[in-house]
This record gives sequence, C-alpha cells and structure tokens, in this order.
Amino acid sequence: MAVFDLDFSLRQGDFTLDFAVRVEGRAVALFGPSGSGKTSALEAVAGLRVPRHGHIAVNGRVLFDANQHVDLPVRQRHTGYVPQDILLFPHLDVRENVTYGRRDGNRPDLRVLVDLLELSTLMDRRVSSLSGGERQRVAMARALYSGPDVLLLDEPLAAVDLPRRRRIVDALLRIRDDLAVPLIYVTHLPEEALNIADWAVLVDNGRVVASGPPRDVMPSD
Amino acid sequence: MTSDIRDITIFTALAALAATALMLVPGVAVAWLLARRNFPGKSLVETAVSLPLVMPPVATGLMLLWLFGRRGPIGALLARVGIEVVFTPAAVVIAMAVMGLPLLVRTARAGFEQVTRRYEQIAETLGAGPWRVFSTVTLPLASRNILAGAVLGFSRALGEFGATIVVAGSIPGRTRTLAVGIYSFTETGQDRQAAILVAISLAIAFLAVLASNRLAREA
Repeated sequence: MAVFDLDFSLRQGDFTLDFAVRVEGRAVALFGPSGSGKTSALEAVAGLRVPRHGHIAVNGRVLFDANQHVDLPVRQRHTGYVPQDILLFPHLDVRENVTYGRRDGNRPDLRVLVDLLELSTLMDRRVSSLSGGERQRVAMARALYSGPDVLLLDEPLAAVDLPRRRRIVDALLRIRDDLAVPLIYVTHLPEEALNIADWAVLVDNGRVVASGPPRDVMPSD
Repeated sequence: MTSDIRDITIFTALAALAATALMLVPGVAVAWLLARRNFPGKSLVETAVSLPLVMPPVATGLMLLWLFGRRGPIGALLARVGIEVVFTPAAVVIAMAVMGLPLLVRTARAGFEQVTRRYEQIAETLGAGPWRVFSTVTLPLASRNILAGAVLGFSRALGEFGATIVVAGSIPGRTRTLAVGIYSFTETGQDRQAAILVAISLAIAFLAVLASNRLAREA
C-alpha cells in the first residue's frame, strides 16, 4: 500500500490545476474528461511540471515542497513515467530501451520483467516495428527497470487496439500484485478505473471532485 | 596531374578536415546552447556566430591577422611559447574553421531543435543526468544534422579564399590552397593549372553538398 500526498497548484496559460488529495492504494486512477488536468497532475509528480505552490510526497518521501524549497530533480524522483505518446527512444532497439534506466534500488530482474510483460520475442526488434500494444509493454518495462517507487501511466490503453487491451490490463495487474510497484494512472474509461484501481480520484476542470474506492466514486452510467 | 596540383589538393583537403575537426566541438556546443538554453546575451552570440557568413571574408582575415599576429592578443601569448600562426598552415586551418563554423552551427542547431524535448525528459525520469541525456539521447538524435553541418562546414572550408589569403598568404608548398591556387595561377597566366584546380574544386564541392543535402533529408 502506497501513500500519496498530492496537494499543489500549477498554472498552464489560462488553466489552473488545484490538486489536493491524500490517497492510499496500490493502484490509483486519475479519472476525468479530456483537458481536466489529469496529465498535468501526473507530470507534476514526475517533476516535468513545477507547481506554483504546494507539496508532493510518495510514501513520505518529499518530492516537492514549496515552503521548504524542495524540488527534487526529475532524475532523483524515482518515478517511472509512461506518457500517452509512449516515446520509446527511436535510435535504440527494444533491449536498449528497456535497460536504459540505470538507477540502483529496487530494480526488478530483467528476466522477470521480460516474462511478466511477455517481451522475450521483442527484445532484439527495432522500436519502429512494434505495434501499439507492444510499444506500451516495452515502455512499461523501461520505466520499471529503472527501479521506480511509483509507476505513472498516462492513458495506458489509448494506443492499444480493443482486442489487445486485456493483455495490457493483465500486465498492469501483475505489476501491481507480483512486482508490488504502486501505480498512478490517468484514464477516461470508467471500466479501466474499476478493473485496475483500488482508489479513484475524479478530476474535473482542474479540481479534485471526488476521491475514494472506485465503486463509491465512479459515475454509475 | 602535376605534383604541384596534387600537393595543393591534398593540403587543402587535409586542412579542411583539420578545420572541421577544430570547429566540431565548439560548434556543436554553441548549437546546443542556442537551441536549448536561454541566457543573457544569447542574441549577441547568435549574431557573432553568423558574422563570418555576411562579413567580407577579407575583413574576417584581417581580424584574424590582428588576433594572431605577433602583437595580437592571442598571437603574443602563442609567440611566448614559440608558436607562430600567421602565414603558416595553422593559419589556413584557423581561417577555414572560422569561415565554416556558422554553417555547422546553423545546421546542428536545427538538428537539436528537431529533437523532441520529451525524449530528454523521459531519459531524466529513468535516472539519467544531464551529460548522459545529452550523449545518449540528444546527440544521437541530432547526429545526422550535425554530420550534414560538418560536411557543409568542410565544403565552405575547402573553398575559403578571402580570409586565408590575408592571414596565411599563398606560399607554394606551405599555405597554398585550391582557392588561393586558382587566384595565383590565374594572376601569373597559368590558365591550364587554374582550370584543373577549378575542376577539382567543382567536383569536391558538388559531392560534399550532395552528401550534406542527403544527410539533412534523412535526418
């Protein structure tokens, strides 16, 4: 069980994201319509966006605190980030992508990761030859191999064909349960939040409107 | 081909290669700074780097002569340790590097600007420090443009005339390059020799620009 303290405010042009929530869970879904600020929240945790003020901590480790002038560099945050556009390094093959992260710490064994995400036949392929689902799995392996304290996923099913989504969902469940790496992921699909998350945060127009167990807070329709 | 012409061709190619090597590290560093960083005086640096493109090359040569002459700020320091630059092959290389640098910087800068910043951010989330991000992500992704810029800088160096003749002269067997040779042979009525050098220059320049364009297209 991971504890996320997310209480911060950031501005992007005319849009202001005011995020204030304390979450305990193994898998947290940030759920809400497009443009509601979910991705910005995820990127604030990763350190790719700097809040104007507030506090961000994962399991008590402070990543950002405006009052205490703490703003850990991105590379020291230990967050595995898989953006929606995936962004595998195009000049490296799959194996080089997966093993790019070199941080010491709770890095999973490469063989375990390859089995868990079913990558054994992909390792020597060029990334340009991968399908959407394969790219997603490689990106998750790359993030996990860096030994993150938390895996941040932005719409992990968005680039995946409908029939192959089950495979990604299974992979996420194995990451959550077998590797015991906590997840925060952005989604706009209610069933995705219900299937994977044990906590859901509803975001709308830059604000948290509800937070709790998915069945209690997700819209029923 | 007479030994004169062969020597001039080989010397010019080697000097242009040395000039390209000399401009590569500072050129790539300046290109990256201009593409990725904001700093006070950035527009001044941008302008200064491009000056050799628009200034009369002879004026650039005169400035180099002043800088590297025995009483110049750099020349005086070098003279103390027994190094003379003016009217030596080193002067040819320096003149070529200064004239080729703007082309390398402009092309490499465009290459860096094309590298999506987000690839670098992902590398940072994976624990990579600034040097590792640069050497394993930014530089490889911009490498075709850098190579194209280096080929352009090399081509410009091959054809350099104005700055070279002022700072290095036209000493046969020592500082005479293809461009300077064409001028000297024409002036002394050796039209056939000059025509051969023109043909060689044309062939090398054609191949270099072709290679540069191909690299930039594939980037």
